Formats: sequence, structure tokens, C-alpha cells
Amino acid sequence: MEVGQMQRTWIEYTKSLFSEGFLDAQFTQLQLLQDESNPDFVVEVVSLFFEDSERLLNDLTRALDQPIVDFKKVDAHVHQLKGSSSSIGAQRVKNACIGFRNFCEQQNAEACLRCLQQVKQEYYLVKNKLETLIRLEQQIVAAGGSVPMEELSF
Amino acid sequence: MNLSNGKGSMSTVSSGGGWKQAGGDVVSDQFPAGLRVLVVDDDPTCLMILEKMLKTCLYEVTKCKRAEVALSLLRENKNGYDIVISDVHMPDMDGFKLLEQIGLEMDLPVIMMSADDGKNVVMKGVTHGACDYLIKPVRIEALRNIWQHVVRKRKNEWKDLEQSGSAEEGGDRQPKQSEDADYSSSANEGNWKNSKRRKDEEEDPEERDDTSTLKKPRVVWSVELHQQFVGAVNQLGIDKAVPKKILELMNVPGLTRENVASHLQKYRLYLRRLSGVSQHPNNLSGSFMGTQEAAYGPLSSLNGLDLQTLAATGQLPAQSLATLQAAGLGRSAAKARMPMPIVEQRNLFSFENPKLRFGEAQQQHLNSNKPMNLLHGIPTTMEPKQLANLHHSSHSLGSMNMPVNAHGGQGSQSGSLLMQMSQSQPRGQMLNEATGNHVPRLPSTIGQPIMSNAMAGGVLARNGLAENGRGAGYSPITQSSSMLNYPLNNSAEMSGNTFPLGSTPGISTLASKGGFQDEVNSDIKVSGGLIPSYDIFSELHQPKSNDWELQNVGLTFNGSQQSNSMQNNLDVGSSILAHQSFSSGQSNGENRNVSSVVKPIFSTGDATDHVNVHSSGQLLNTFFADNSVRVKSERVSDANCQPGLFPEQFGQEDLMSALLKQQQGGIGPTENEFDFDGYTMDNIPV
Repeated sequence: MEVGQMQRTWIEYTKSLFSEGFLDAQFTQLQLLQDESNPDFVVEVVSLFFEDSERLLNDLTRALDQPIVDFKKVDAHVHQLKGSSSSIGAQRVKNACIGFRNFCEQQNAEACLRCLQQVKQEYYLVKNKLETLIRLEQQIVAAGGSVPMEELSF
Repeated sequence: MNLSNGKGSMSTVSSGGGWKQAGGDVVSDQFPAGLRVLVVDDDPTCLMILEKMLKTCLYEVTKCKRAEVALSLLRENKNGYDIVISDVHMPDMDGFKLLEQIGLEMDLPVIMMSADDGKNVVMKGVTHGACDYLIKPVRIEALRNIWQHVVRKRKNEWKDLEQSGSAEEGGDRQPKQSEDADYSSSANEGNWKNSKRRKDEEEDPEERDDTSTLKKPRVVWSVELHQQFVGAVNQLGIDKAVPKKILELMNVPGLTRENVASHLQKYRLYLRRLSGVSQHPNNLSGSFMGTQEAAYGPLSSLNGLDLQTLAATGQLPAQSLATLQAAGLGRSAAKARMPMPIVEQRNLFSFENPKLRFGEAQQQHLNSNKPMNLLHGIPTTMEPKQLANLHHSSHSLGSMNMPVNAHGGQGSQSGSLLMQMSQSQPRGQMLNEATGNHVPRLPSTIGQPIMSNAMAGGVLARNGLAENGRGAGYSPITQSSSMLNYPLNNSAEMSGNTFPLGSTPGISTLASKGGFQDEVNSDIKVSGGLIPSYDIFSELHQPKSNDWELQNVGLTFNGSQQSNSMQNNLDVGSSILAHQSFSSGQSNGENRNVSSVVKPIFSTGDATDHVNVHSSGQLLNTFFADNSVRVKSERVSDANCQPGLFPEQFGQEDLMSALLKQQQGGIGPTENEFDFDGYTMDNIPV
């Protein structure tokens, strides 16, 4: 695939992620932050997000698995996940967290478990998408092209 | 200022004076580029994003994941940061707590952020003194303008400085530009506070080149410089410490009178704060200041500062404070341990207080008030050891030689005392509340004042610095005041170091300090830490324990007083005090007048001398002593020994009563309950 084509694919893909709600404007901010001095910024942040989220999800799973659920703790984890997902622009994950927090407040363990499943699902989805996107970017760069960030103004 | 395009980097050539760069150089044209930001967030993703965004804004970023780390970074490098951004929810420490501590110890602007945008949380940020609240996800646009908070704070500090006793500065007001230079010192408050505590005030002029840079270079009040400064102030005597003379004494090339003036102001505020720090957490501040709520914030910051500083100095091990407390608590009136050192320390702190508004001072006052009482009850003979510990900070304060030293090497003790006090602060606060005048209070109060010195940082923090950390500021002061009181009580000689027994020792010290007079707000009542004689306090028996004006000793006392030049401060204070009939029965309300409060007797050298000279301090002492009883229970805020007022010893009682009255009057709700009662009252052999 030649560079131009890759770039177009990248643009389309990115746009779809936005329109489908996987990513929001915050992600654009991140992309705009990337520059020559820090060409891998987005990749780094996204990787960090993955690491952190997976840890949180594990903690959440464990916490909800307890015979007596500590909802405060669960809420704290969810809150953090909400924060990091919103910082990175993972909109659907963030929204799932919001709902999750409500159930934590209500101390509804069953509903919390359901929310956890939902959050996990959204997380893996967006993870997948982002990984694809990054791969695309890397291919473009490897082929000598540049990622057309400026095209993202939609 | 042009905002560059692209990533929004800022290249600004604002008129602002130079921002002290990390390297200590003044960068005047780059502002706000180079703004040194400390970011605290346990979320690594956010942290990374924020760092990148801030760097894009051309800020200098330091990030850390944990609040404790952040605090130690801030403490190690007091002047290393301009602004802090912190997350609200963190595992190791609540963001708001961190906010308070930073405010108290370093008095830096703090921005809170969170994914939580609930009204309650945001409100909490406001009440805890955050200068802004950002909702996550944070956009770069929101970060571009954070520099405004730094400038605003500096500006306000400047204003405070100007308002309070800038008389001597007269037309030397510097333009905004110089503000930066001078304000840098405020930024360095914590800095010099620490330095004060760590070292003894020495008059060894150092070459300071910072001030010689560029246009209105920002003066960096390094530890050494501050030491010199405090030494000079002490040497001159609080009431006589005018910028000009201080400058001469310091003999630092490149340092301008304005620099010294603004620094002095801060110092006074700091001292005031120290003395004013009551045990009460928020309550105090609220009640204390009454109107000063706003000031609350800054106050706390100062307090925190003190505490932090104290804590930072690490000099004051908690144990010493605890010991002190124990000692204080254990002993009843006999505790006069709190030697003057505390007072002295307070003095030092008051400098830092300049930043505080008056209102703040009041709060501090409250805080300090309490301690004052403690001191009162506490035999001035603080265990040297303890004092030493406490004094750690006091030493650094510079020759805060506690006037109380007269009592017996309290000086060093004060340091420890303070420390202890700070520790005891929490206790003290409680004690203060309690009506027990017994010395036990002292420990707590002491803790407060001490806090300012060095421990303050740590201890105060613990005490929640009067929630706002105000206590921190006060603690040292309070202590000193209490200490002062003691001597006063015991020694009926107000003149000289001996603080009249009856009179509030603190007052005398305050008086002696002269310089602080201004600062001695009514809030500071005895606490100015100047007056070693605790007696005053004990005698004061103020019903309003809170307003241990002494606490405010360092602080500028009631606006009116502030205008007094430093020198007058004491005089004013003392005179006021003097005039105020001592009558122990005087309620604090009347003490208000005394607000001239004895400025913490910073005078280096023996307090006695100062006391004599500044009789005001003595007055305070007497005042306090007189009112000690009252003070105890009431806020001695008014009792701020107005050192300047009583040049000679006037009836201590008068002083006390005056102070008390002031305090009482000024204090308003006795939230502050300084519970001095507990302290001094008992101990002071009236």
C-alpha cells in the first residue's frame, strides 16, 4: 500500500472512531500535542493508559469478587478509570464508568458486576481500535510518510 | 504577551518582573514561559498528558505521583516552584489536605483538578483555598492561563505588604515590576522560614547577588539571607526594625530597601500568623477573623508554611514536641517551659505572615492565642532539650532569642518548645478549648507557635493547622507568646526581659520586638512570641481564649496598627496595651486596641533588653498577664501586645487588659478559644 493510500485509510479510520463514539475531542488534543520533539507521544500515552486500565480492571474484578464488597474502594477505582479514560478520550469507557459509579453509590453489587463487564467490554474494544490506529500510523511512517493529523479537523 | 500559534506555546514578554527560574536567575521577559509547575496525580496517564501540555505551554514541569513526594519536593526546594496542580483523589493523601499543607507551608497557588465535577467537591476546593479547579479531562487551553494565579497571588501579597505598615516604605513602593522581585520573596517565604528556623540569626552579611540582576530582579530570600534579615531585625528590635536599618545591618549588596520592606512585611505577617494560629482549625479562622474569612486561605497557607517549614527542617522531631506537650500537659502552671524561644520563633514567623492579611493574622492569632495560653501556664523553663528541639526552628528564625531567655536559656528551648508546641498544637488546640488554663494547654499551643518555627510544618500540619493550617503559622507564635507570658508573670518586671509576671509575657516580647508592633495585631496578642513572659497570659485570663492576640503578634495587627512603622509597632502596641488597663478583668473586647500588639519581639539578643526598650512587649506581657486569665478563655486576639505602645512598662495589667479587650473584642466568636486558660492561668503565679 502506498503512503497516500495509507494516509487516507488512516484518516477514514480515525474519523470513524470519532463518529462511533469510541474517541472524543480529547484524543484530538493528544494528537495535536504530538510534535517533532515528541513523535511518539500518543503511542506512549496510549500504552500507559492500557497498562493502567488493565490494572484497574483487575483491581475492580478482585474487589467485586469479595464476599463483602468494599464499595468505597470500588468507587475509587472506577473514579480513577473514569479520569484516565476521559483524559485519553476513550469516551465510551468513560461513559460506562459514570454509570458504574452510580451503582457503586447505591451499593448494588450485582449491578456493579454488570457494569464492570460493560466497562471491560468497552475497554477492550477501544484498545483494539487504538492499536489498529497506531499500527496504521507506524506503517505510514515506516513507508516514509507522515501522519496527516491536520486532516483531523472535522 | 504573544501567544504563539501552534501548540500554544507561550512566549510572553510581560511586564511582570522576572520569575525566578529554577536556576535562580531572574527571567523577566519570558513570563509566563518558564513558570515552574509541580503536578501531582496518581494517574500516570493524566500525569503524562498534563506534563506534555504544560511543556507545550513552555512551562517547566515537575511531576510526581504521590502527595508525599510532592510535599517533600516542595519543602526541599522552597522556592523551586511557582504553582502546584494537584488531583483531588489520591490514594496516599487527600488532595485537599495537600492543598492546605502547601498553602500553609509554602503559600503557593494550588490548582485542584478532578474528573469529579460535583458542586460539593468544587466548593471544597474553594474553601480549602485552591485558586482554581479544573475538571478532567483537562484541556491545554485551561492550562495556558494558570500563570495568572501566580501573578495574582503575588499582587495580593504586595498589596498586603503595602497595607500593613508600609509606612516606612513610603514612596518606595515599587511598581508592579518590583513586585515580582519582592514577591519572589514571598514565594520564598517558606524558604526563609525554614532558614530561619534552621539557623541562628547571625549578622553575617552575605553577598547576595540575586538582587543585582536585571530590572527588578526577584530577590531570592535564601536561607542565609533570611537569617541575616532576621538577625538584623532582632538586633534592631522589632519595634525598631525598619527596612532601612535592616538593610544597613544586613549589608547585602544589591539588596534594596524595598526588598527588605516587603520581606519584613511578610515576616511580620508570618509571625502574626504564628501567634495567631490557634488550635482551632477552621473554626478559628472563621470565628477569629470574622470578616477575614477570605484571609483564611492565605493564612492557612502561612501556617502550613510554618508547619511545613518546621517540619521540613526536621529539626523538631515530633517527639520533642510531644515531650513538650507532655511536659506542658503534665505540668500545670509550672510549665513555663515554653521559653521565649517560642516567642522568638514567632517573630520570625510573623515575617512570614506579612503575606497574610490581617484577617489571616487573626486566624493565626487565634491559633496562636491558644498557644499563648499554653505558654503562660508553662513554666518558662522549658526543658532545654525540648526547647532545643523546638527551637530548632526558632534558631533558624534568627535570633529570635526568645526574650524569654531571660528565663533561662529558653532561647534554644523555644525552638524545641515551639516544636513541641506545634505538636501539642493539636493538643493545644484542644486544650485551649478546654478551659483548663493549665499548662497542659501550653503544649498544644506551643505546638502551634512552634509550628511556625519549624515544627510548625510538621506539627501544624497535624493539627490541621487550624484546619487551615493557620495554626501552623501561629503555633510558633503562640508559643512564644506564652513563653513570654511566663516571664511576665513571674517577673513583675516588664522592663527588660523579664516579662512582668502579670503581664502577658508574650506581650512584652512583642513589645520588645518593636518591629513587629505593626504586626501585632490585635490578633497576635501576646503571642507575638515576643514576650517571653507567659505571665501575661496567665494573668490575662481572658475569657476569650482565642484571641490571643499574641498570636498575632507577628501579624500586623488591626489594620490601624499596621500603619505604624515597624518601630512603632511595638510602641504602639505597648502603648496601647499600657493604656489599656490591665485589669485582668478586662474582657478581651477591649483588647482590641491593643492590637498594636506587641510585635513579636524579634529583637535579637536578650529579650530583656527588648522588653525594656519596647516596653510594649512588656506591656503586652502585662497585658497578657493581666488578661491572661481572660486570654485564656477568650481570644486574646486583641491582646496583641502592641509593643510599640508601651515603651516603658506600663502596668502589665493594663496591657493585658488592653490586649485582652482587644482580643476579645476583635475576636468575635470565640471559636478560637484559645484556651489559654488552660495554660497560663494556672502557671502564672499571678
